[in-house]
Amino acid sequence: MTIVAAFAHSLPALLAQAQPFQAPPLADYMRILPELVLSLFGMLIMIVDPLLDQENSHQSLGTLAFIGTLAALASTFWMAQYPGTAFSNMVRVEGFSVFFHFLVIAIAAVAILSSFEYLKVQRIRAGEYYGLILLGTVGMCLMSSAIELVLIFIALEISSISTYVLAGFRRRDGASSESSLKYFLLGSFATAFFLYGVALMFGATGSTSIDTISQVLRSGNVPVLAYVATALMFVGLGFKVASAPFHVWTPDVYEGAPAPVVGLMSTGPKAAAFAVLLRVMFEANAPGRFWLIWVSAALTMTLGNVGALVQSNVKRLLAYSSIAHAGYLLTAFAAQPELGTSAAMFYTAAYAAMNVGAFAVISHFANAGEKYVALEDYAGLGRRSPVLAATLTFFLMSLIGIPITGGFFAKFYVLSAALKSNLVGLTLILVLNSAVAAYYYLRIIVMMYMREPRGVVPVTRIPAAAGLAIAVCVLATLYLGVVPGRVLDYAAQSARDLISARTVPAVSSASLAPKP
Amino acid sequence: MNMDSLSPIILSLVTFIPAAGGLLILLIPRRDRDIKLFALVISILAFVASLHLPVHLHRDHNLFKFEIDKIWIASPNIHYHMGIDGISLWLVVLTTFLTPLCVLISWTSVHERVKEFFILLLILETALIGVFTSLDLFLFYFFWEATLIPMALLIGMYGHGRKVYAAVKYFLFTMIGSMFMLAAILWLYAKTGSFDFAVIQSAIRSGTVPGFEHASLWLFLGFFIAFAVKVPLFPLHTWLPDAHVEAPTAGSVLLAGVLLKMGTYGLLRFDVGLFPEQARRNAPWIMVLALIGIIYGALVSLVQPNMKKLIAYSSVSHLGFVVLGIFSFTTAGLNGAVFVMLSHGVATGGLFMLAGLIYERRHTYEIAEFGGLATPMPKYATFFLVTVLASVGLPLMNGFIGEFLVLSGAFQARPIYGILAATGVIWSSCYLLWMYQRVFYGKVTHEINNTLPDLNLREKTALSPIAIAALVMGVAPLVWLSAIDPAVQRYALAPVTQLASRMVGR
Repeated sequence: MTIVAAFAHSLPALLAQAQPFQAPPLADYMRILPELVLSLFGMLIMIVDPLLDQENSHQSLGTLAFIGTLAALASTFWMAQYPGTAFSNMVRVEGFSVFFHFLVIAIAAVAILSSFEYLKVQRIRAGEYYGLILLGTVGMCLMSSAIELVLIFIALEISSISTYVLAGFRRRDGASSESSLKYFLLGSFATAFFLYGVALMFGATGSTSIDTISQVLRSGNVPVLAYVATALMFVGLGFKVASAPFHVWTPDVYEGAPAPVVGLMSTGPKAAAFAVLLRVMFEANAPGRFWLIWVSAALTMTLGNVGALVQSNVKRLLAYSSIAHAGYLLTAFAAQPELGTSAAMFYTAAYAAMNVGAFAVISHFANAGEKYVALEDYAGLGRRSPVLAATLTFFLMSLIGIPITGGFFAKFYVLSAALKSNLVGLTLILVLNSAVAAYYYLRIIVMMYMREPRGVVPVTRIPAAAGLAIAVCVLATLYLGVVPGRVLDYAAQSARDLISARTVPAVSSASLAPKP
Repeated sequence: MNMDSLSPIILSLVTFIPAAGGLLILLIPRRDRDIKLFALVISILAFVASLHLPVHLHRDHNLFKFEIDKIWIASPNIHYHMGIDGISLWLVVLTTFLTPLCVLISWTSVHERVKEFFILLLILETALIGVFTSLDLFLFYFFWEATLIPMALLIGMYGHGRKVYAAVKYFLFTMIGSMFMLAAILWLYAKTGSFDFAVIQSAIRSGTVPGFEHASLWLFLGFFIAFAVKVPLFPLHTWLPDAHVEAPTAGSVLLAGVLLKMGTYGLLRFDVGLFPEQARRNAPWIMVLALIGIIYGALVSLVQPNMKKLIAYSSVSHLGFVVLGIFSFTTAGLNGAVFVMLSHGVATGGLFMLAGLIYERRHTYEIAEFGGLATPMPKYATFFLVTVLASVGLPLMNGFIGEFLVLSGAFQARPIYGILAATGVIWSSCYLLWMYQRVFYGKVTHEINNTLPDLNLREKTALSPIAIAALVMGVAPLVWLSAIDPAVQRYALAPVTQLASRMVGR
């Protein structure tokens, strides 16, 4: 009944909106410039691929993809000069979306760098691989700037489908196919939940535009349907960020997928999904989110850490650790909107830097056919490859949350946002969890430095590309750990713009209704 | 050059010279001798720089001297705020004093991964000094956590026996404890908007922190757990014997000499400084724990067959004195507590060095393996005797001054505490002198011990400063106490009088 009523109610507005087609102004294209650049390079790679010699195309295609991400980064700066909405209120460029654009593209760039050597050894066809990474990145970028639920859904699908395929790229290995299929089946199921949530939200508020939803939900008198819609959308996004109880796929998928892809998909799509979650929860002011998130955050970090304690495979261990980190991040979502948003944004950045870095080291070390991913294989690594071991230790320290690393400040801001919002219970759970977490990260460090090497695990020289990728991650982690001020200020400012602008009750979105 | 002009930056210099040296070692090629020499020069440089502090300590009205206060991160409001008073001053000097000796003592005992060893040692030194000099709670936490990894790696990489177990246990105990402190620090920040020690302190004293009455006990305990683990206070001490026994000699020296003092320093500076009322309210049970630690540590020491474990448990006992002195809230007790921190650092640091020297020769710490060592190693025996006497608190040695002050403070607080604690002094002479007798006197029971070489020049150079310091601190304690006393007076005791006057005023 309510759906029909709401639809009937909003019909005149929708009809009024339907105007004869007009080409969008040029500025609108500027506002999706990074997406355009990335798509262009993605297609270019696929066109060039058949023209090149199969065996030697890895290097050139990889370089092309890397240049693509650099160009996209540059265009992000350009895009930032054109704040505002584009394409009839579908996309909005603001501090928030620029931040996530930058982050996601940087993650893709580093993932591409760390794949060079991997593809060669694994004999993976480079054209499709790099093309999919770039196109997936388009989806992630769009997720962060879309302010319309249907567009968000489409962006989500673009990013997800690319990652489903990427997970299965070690074709000769059964585990990889298993990983891909599992990810695909469960992922589609979860996206369906999200879509269902979108539909119900439309029913409840009469719109799929986040601005309008936010306005309706803030005006009081929230229909029950909106609660259900929030829950369903949370299921869909919760799957993407691997929050409990929708996290079960993570270890299996991460274990089977190629290591550089795991580095990408444990951070990129996750960051984008968190961006969507921030929009849906905070910007749209989703009702009933507090306990939903509270319970999920507590469960996620606890289950993630407990699971990680008993792992003997490094990839699985880091998979569980990434679940735990999603839980820490979710804690920020239970805090006050403004504090929570900026803490969550900073956390995503720091988490991306350290996790991509850790996976870059692991994928170099696992090398030939991913044989060496057991914890025992890391024994004595500190002696045989001091640089590799030291960088991995640094990333692990950041994951533990030791000072001078980005991970420390990230956790710190989340904790302080939670405490400022009087979430003492959740804070204590987080504190206890990070103490537990120290143990399993320490196991890797102990293995590397305090055990004698067993058997013959070859350590090859770090190739230039992977070295560059690791160096970028180390520098980013260090930067966020020593002088986090600038990034944090930026996050705080964009969080203010995102939230405060909308908490003033009478502000309406520009195109639907004239300003009062 | 006017040396006073150094004062604003001297604390940063002292703190960061070692770490900078550690980073430079990264660039030195792996020639062990060069690395050792360089580490020695750096650590001596830090020591010399730190001597600036007591020499130029002005007696003025400022509580903290050599202050430097710069904004590190604007939002959240984190400052690079350093400064020292009479309490932290000597702990800084103690750290810089012990580190060159650690370098000397590790000269031959560390023979592989030498480069990493000295880098870790120097980074550890920076972190330790930073703990004592920071006046911003965030900065303090930063350095506090930064001591964790280098120490754990030193134990795990260069230790012996069950070194991995010991390193992980050490790491987890300290880590879990300090998470509670972090939560407490963040709570204070959320309510006061500042991490600055002085700002928070005055906000608490003026009663403008919302919700403080309900939270103060929990905050006090949050800090207390972190510090009690580090001290270590009974029953949280179980990591200590493991860490000590398995650690390399330099690790043990710094662990006993300085790391444990981080705990007692924290109790004094933060638990007592920020929560004077809670500290007084909770003093009875904390003093009981300290007493249990004193007596229990001594009794366990008595039966240890392992020399290093014996010294480790004696630390539990001695640090109990410090806690007892702090929570007696008397002038004598507090002065004594700070003095015991210093004298324990010197004497127990010395004992660990001596134990390390004999381990290098015989590769065992078992007391039963020795006997009659005074005959083949007379110089070693002499140094050992001096250090043992300093540790048991013989008058005119440094141990005596501190323990005496603590005991008289404890008597003032409650006679029974003084009486019980005094038995600890007796026990300590029992276990240390008995060990000395078993190791050095009598006939040489194991033939191999006859062939042990006596101390060489390097080892004597490393041990002499300990012996001299033990003696000088015992003969002229006023040099130290004249800086300590005003600090504890104004710092830990003044709040009571202020508090009392405020209550009377109501």
